[in-house]
Amino acid sequence: MNLAKTALITLCLMGTTGLVHATDPNLARNLAATCANCHGTNGKSLGGIESLAGEPKQKLLQKLADYRSGEKPASVMHQIARGYTDEQLDLITTYFAAQK
Amino acid sequence: MQNRRDFLKTAGIAAAGSSVFGIAGCAGMGKGSGGHVVVVGGGYGGATVAKYLRMWSEGQIRVTLIERNTAFVSCPVSNLVIGGLKTMADITMSYDNLKSRWGVTVITDEVRALDTAKRTLTTTNNGTITYDHVVLSPGIDFMTDSVGGLSGNEALVPHAWKAGPQTVILRTQLESMKDGGIFAIHIPKAPYRCPPGPYERACLVANYLRQAKPKSKVLVLDANGEIQSKKALFTKAFESYKGLIEYRPNNELRSVDAKTRTAELDFDKVKADVLNVIPPMRAGDIAARSGLPLINDRWVDVDWITYEAKGVPGVHVIGDALFPAPTMPKSGHMANQQGKVVAAAIINLLAGEAPNASPVVMNTCYSFVDGKNAMHVASVHQYDAIKKQPMPVAAAGGVSPAANEIEGKFAHAWAQNIWADMLA
Ligand SMILES: Cc1cc2nc3c(=O)[nH]c(=O)nc-3n(C[C@H](O)[C@H](O)[C@H](O)COP(=O)(O)OP(=O)(O)OC[C@H]3O[C@@H](n4cnc5c(N)ncnc54)[C@H](O)[C@@H]3O)c2cc1C
Ligand code: HEC
Repeated sequence: MNLAKTALITLCLMGTTGLVHATDPNLARNLAATCANCHGTNGKSLGGIESLAGEPKQKLLQKLADYRSGEKPASVMHQIARGYTDEQLDLITTYFAAQK
Repeated sequence: MQNRRDFLKTAGIAAAGSSVFGIAGCAGMGKGSGGHVVVVGGGYGGATVAKYLRMWSEGQIRVTLIERNTAFVSCPVSNLVIGGLKTMADITMSYDNLKSRWGVTVITDEVRALDTAKRTLTTTNNGTITYDHVVLSPGIDFMTDSVGGLSGNEALVPHAWKAGPQTVILRTQLESMKDGGIFAIHIPKAPYRCPPGPYERACLVANYLRQAKPKSKVLVLDANGEIQSKKALFTKAFESYKGLIEYRPNNELRSVDAKTRTAELDFDKVKADVLNVIPPMRAGDIAARSGLPLINDRWVDVDWITYEAKGVPGVHVIGDALFPAPTMPKSGHMANQQGKVVAAAIINLLAGEAPNASPVVMNTCYSFVDGKNAMHVASVHQYDAIKKQPMPVAAAGGVSPAANEIEGKFAHAWAQNIWADMLA
């Protein structure tokens, strides 16, 4: 919960200080929802594919970078990760890290 | 500050999904936007938009879902039922969680008419219903009359392209077919619902026949000039069923003789033991016959930021009923993604805010080639402000190198998670 609180407040601050050029304050939520079909609503999977909720942001970002580069072999994630910008993946991983 | 602290307190005691509300909270749009949204159709698009409207608005928006069927039956995985690998119970789910967990008012009824000027819907049993925004996700309806002899004979010549009783009919016909019989499946010209679906079905029927009735044959009669999705992969899969599956392109269906299960094609006549005709299709009637702008007289033309029918504010259309943006498939995965874009857009519009100007959607369709092995096609679609529509990201997406067991497992996980994402 502490982690989630911190991350949420961080996200709010980023929103207000304009560090992330989010035109819509719900951009992170909206982008993360594109992953839910496979990883579960808000990143809480029923199994078979990993949950993303509550995972440390840096860990998620690293895995996505490795999928993109091909370093980490994958069935589908390399093809998905290449479809999002760095800024979008930053927002998405911030969002999932903040989920309980 | 006060608001945020209050919100965090609430988030501490609330159940799953609470932190989602948090981001809405820091955006300063939390409470009281209100409004009433009616969703027509509780399939892949409609169920998703209903749940996400309630979840993301923290219950502030009233949502009524009108669906003619009492339960949800999934088209994805229904080919496994036809192939004898899953049961109807496996693909049938209730709307109870939408009601009890998310507070959606679910009405079992048929929407007969839409009055876009008065913002009302006419139903069969529940009179007239007023909306602030309406979301139509009615899927497809068939142009049955374009195939001679088909109308009224769908029990003899099933489509099984809407899961439910039709799925059972086709499975039953396949089970009672004699060894040495011919199972013919006809595919209409694209665009149709689920581009890889007919080829997956051919494989799963062949998989069943190979074990149960090995002298039989699957004839794939395609109105298109070639396989419409994962071509190389399905070509390979068909080869693995050599002698069992025969693929015939450029075979458009003119008419059927339902009693003898004969298909009259452009250049050929085929007598089958089981005749599975997927007729040409268009947007579901309620979307196609309410005066909304159509393309090719079949699919609704939408604005890709809000998914409102062009020139008809407050009427959003998602899922198979749309005229698709480039390379965008008619899939359950895509309908679910569009549902979330529309939920976010409506919440903003009702709060007097601009909708997200750069919505992203992505697709993945898994297809089984037998009981264990599956393969995918994937794409990511970013909004292009100049073209004013989502465009596929060139560097992203693609297909599996080959059907494999790992993706067979992922395909089942996908189904469980997307069903929960819509209905749980
Ligand atoms: C055999 C098969 C396999 C498939 N496999 C896959 C797959 O693996 N992956 C994938 O992503 N997609 C797959 N699809 C495609 C997927 O099923 C559709 O793209 C998806 O269902 C579209 O969602 P929708 O909300 O537009 O329509 P639907 O899910 O069909 O929902 C429409 C709903 O609206 C209701 N309705 C319509 N009109 C009215 C009215 N007037 N009043 C009240 N209710 C109404 C209908 O009863 C229905 O429940 C498959 C399809 C088939 C046929
Ligand atoms: C079509 C289903 C699907 C979608 C959609 C999807 N993923 Fe994945 N994800 C997978 C699968 C399957 C794996 C396992 C690796 C593989 O085989 O590709 C995975 C693995 C991952 C992992 C590594 C998990 C771990 O703990 O090892 C991360 C991180 C991830 N996905 C993030 C995302 C994000 C972010 C999105 C949305 C932008 C997303 N995924 C969308 C299917 C999906």
